[in-house]
Amino acid sequence: MEFSQLAQQLINGLSLGSLYGLIAIGYTMVYGILRLINFAHGDVMMMGCFFAFYGIMIFSLPWWVSFPIAIALTALLGILIDRGAYRPVRNAPRISALITAIGVSFFLENLGLVIFGGRPKGFPRPDIFAGIYTIGDVRFLGLSIWVPIIALGLLLVILYLVYRTRVGRAMRCISYDMETTRLMGVDVNRIVAITFAVGSAAAAAGGILWAMKYPQINPLMGVIPGLKAFVAAVLGGIGNVVGAMLGGLILGLAEILLVAFRPDLSGYRDAIAFGILILILLFRPTGLMGEKLPE
Amino acid sequence: MKRFIVVLMALFLVFAAFGTAAAADKKAEPVRIGIYLPMTGGVAAYGQMEYAGVQVANKMKPTVLGKPVELFLVDTKSDKIEAANAVDRLIKKEKVKAIIGEAISGNTMAGGPIADKSKVPMVSPTATNPLVTQNREYVFRVCFIDPFQGEMAAKYAFEVLGARKAAMMIDIAQDYCVGLGNFFAKSFIKQGGKIVAMTYCQTGDQDFTAQLSTIMAAKPDVLYLPNYYTEVALTCKQAVELGLKVPVFTADGAQAPELLSIGGKDVEGVILTAHFAKEAAATDLARQYIESYKKETGKDASGFDALGADAYFVILDAMTRAKSTDGPKVREALASTKNFNGVSGIINIGPDGNAVKSLVLLHVKDGDFKYLATVNP
Repeated sequence: MEFSQLAQQLINGLSLGSLYGLIAIGYTMVYGILRLINFAHGDVMMMGCFFAFYGIMIFSLPWWVSFPIAIALTALLGILIDRGAYRPVRNAPRISALITAIGVSFFLENLGLVIFGGRPKGFPRPDIFAGIYTIGDVRFLGLSIWVPIIALGLLLVILYLVYRTRVGRAMRCISYDMETTRLMGVDVNRIVAITFAVGSAAAAAGGILWAMKYPQINPLMGVIPGLKAFVAAVLGGIGNVVGAMLGGLILGLAEILLVAFRPDLSGYRDAIAFGILILILLFRPTGLMGEKLPE
Repeated sequence: MKRFIVVLMALFLVFAAFGTAAAADKKAEPVRIGIYLPMTGGVAAYGQMEYAGVQVANKMKPTVLGKPVELFLVDTKSDKIEAANAVDRLIKKEKVKAIIGEAISGNTMAGGPIADKSKVPMVSPTATNPLVTQNREYVFRVCFIDPFQGEMAAKYAFEVLGARKAAMMIDIAQDYCVGLGNFFAKSFIKQGGKIVAMTYCQTGDQDFTAQLSTIMAAKPDVLYLPNYYTEVALTCKQAVELGLKVPVFTADGAQAPELLSIGGKDVEGVILTAHFAKEAAATDLARQYIESYKKETGKDASGFDALGADAYFVILDAMTRAKSTDGPKVREALASTKNFNGVSGIINIGPDGNAVKSLVLLHVKDGDFKYLATVNP
């Protein structure tokens, strides 16, 4: 393989990996605080894409108005999901919450099918993201530079929120011991709602970038990115925000490089993602950057 | 006691409702035709277009043997298991006399055996893989099959486009894509061409940059994509982004408005083999259909809806010739369909269940599918 081709494949991998990471950040944050694997994360991301799509297509808003509104609406949706689906089972065993999350996922997918219809729609790509840049023989989309920048920004915002604010301190307390936190006078429901709002907003941001990179949206679009983000989050150590980003990058690169070196196996790239998941669970269940499990 | 009376009254009401429904059935005695199509999911565009075509055809010809035809639709969600369940339901619960569907080969192969076992004739509008009708006495189709489509595409690529080196990307999750890809490759090599890059993907994949970078390095003259519309549109977009400047050749699965809406200007120039183009209308029925379709839906007729209509017309024709709606008799009539003037051209169906008919070549120009040529078998 020539160097320029390898460089091109590395760029392809980084660009895909940072998208996985971006979606995984919201996933892992909710898990880190609530110990809930929010299987509806990918579907929340899908809803965010459709909000943005309708903002542009029906209300003819410019993208820089439509995207923030879509992110805000998705945050609101996250709060509603928490209020309607997760809060009633908050004190139930963890498995109940997990099953509820799967239920929410199916509900959103089928709601999407009814409201948006099953046929895929073309997602608009604003000009600012559509430029194509060339360095030597290596070409990439302007968007591919924006994705890591936005992911990094989001990462910093979430790290600041969790480690430098009062709300963040409450979040960390909840992750240690919800009951005691409540006894200390913290409004646990409010903090959890904020967690879901932030997680869902991150999903929407990731989803919109995903939809611009691969410009088709449909009600089932969240399933595969959601699963891949889950793998990325587990790979990085679920609950660890930096780990999620790292996991996403590793996953993206692994997938692309498999296809680059073994094009005959390119149909099996999803097997790579889930193979990694199995290996991680077998040999290092806490992930690359995960904390040691308490004895 | 009071509760007992209430229950009794409720039961009575239920029976009364059933009674009147049964009575109404007896009066009209409609012929039920079951339809199983992907109305949602990955290939929803095919199902929705074909169902629209069947509905228009039903409006044009609402009766058979003096009885009204009643359509009953089940959504397969683009899924093989759902497709099998749908056929089971249509036969056992809805008691249909004939079945139209599925749109894609893999799902028809899941539904076919069930219709075969129950001796209910099934006509697929657009399942093109040869295996669909193989050893299936009761399964028919009104479209051409992939060996023909692949061969014609290879011929066109070799002779007209002058391509000697072809690259391919095949969706390995679909029987249609794998089959058609192999037929193209075999034919192209037989012509004297070479497959310089063979890559794969799966339905629902969105990132094809790795495959396309590999393909670019092999410097092909043509890129053949025997896949469905969403994957083809996204592949074309990423090919342009990566700077792959070769003609893209695809097949009947790409003739959906989604190819244009998702692909935008990046699918300009894409060439495809297809079932039908309204510019190539050859029969009176086609001209009437194009007009009715425009009136009913406000849209122009295209390949998938036309074949949906053809499946309906062919079944009605067979029932008329059989003078019956009895499964085995309709099956015999279907298997001897000769020179039927359908919407998509003249249809001949052999005992093997396959239709022998011409295909059209289209290309994308100015954001629409434009007719290039008709190829006869």
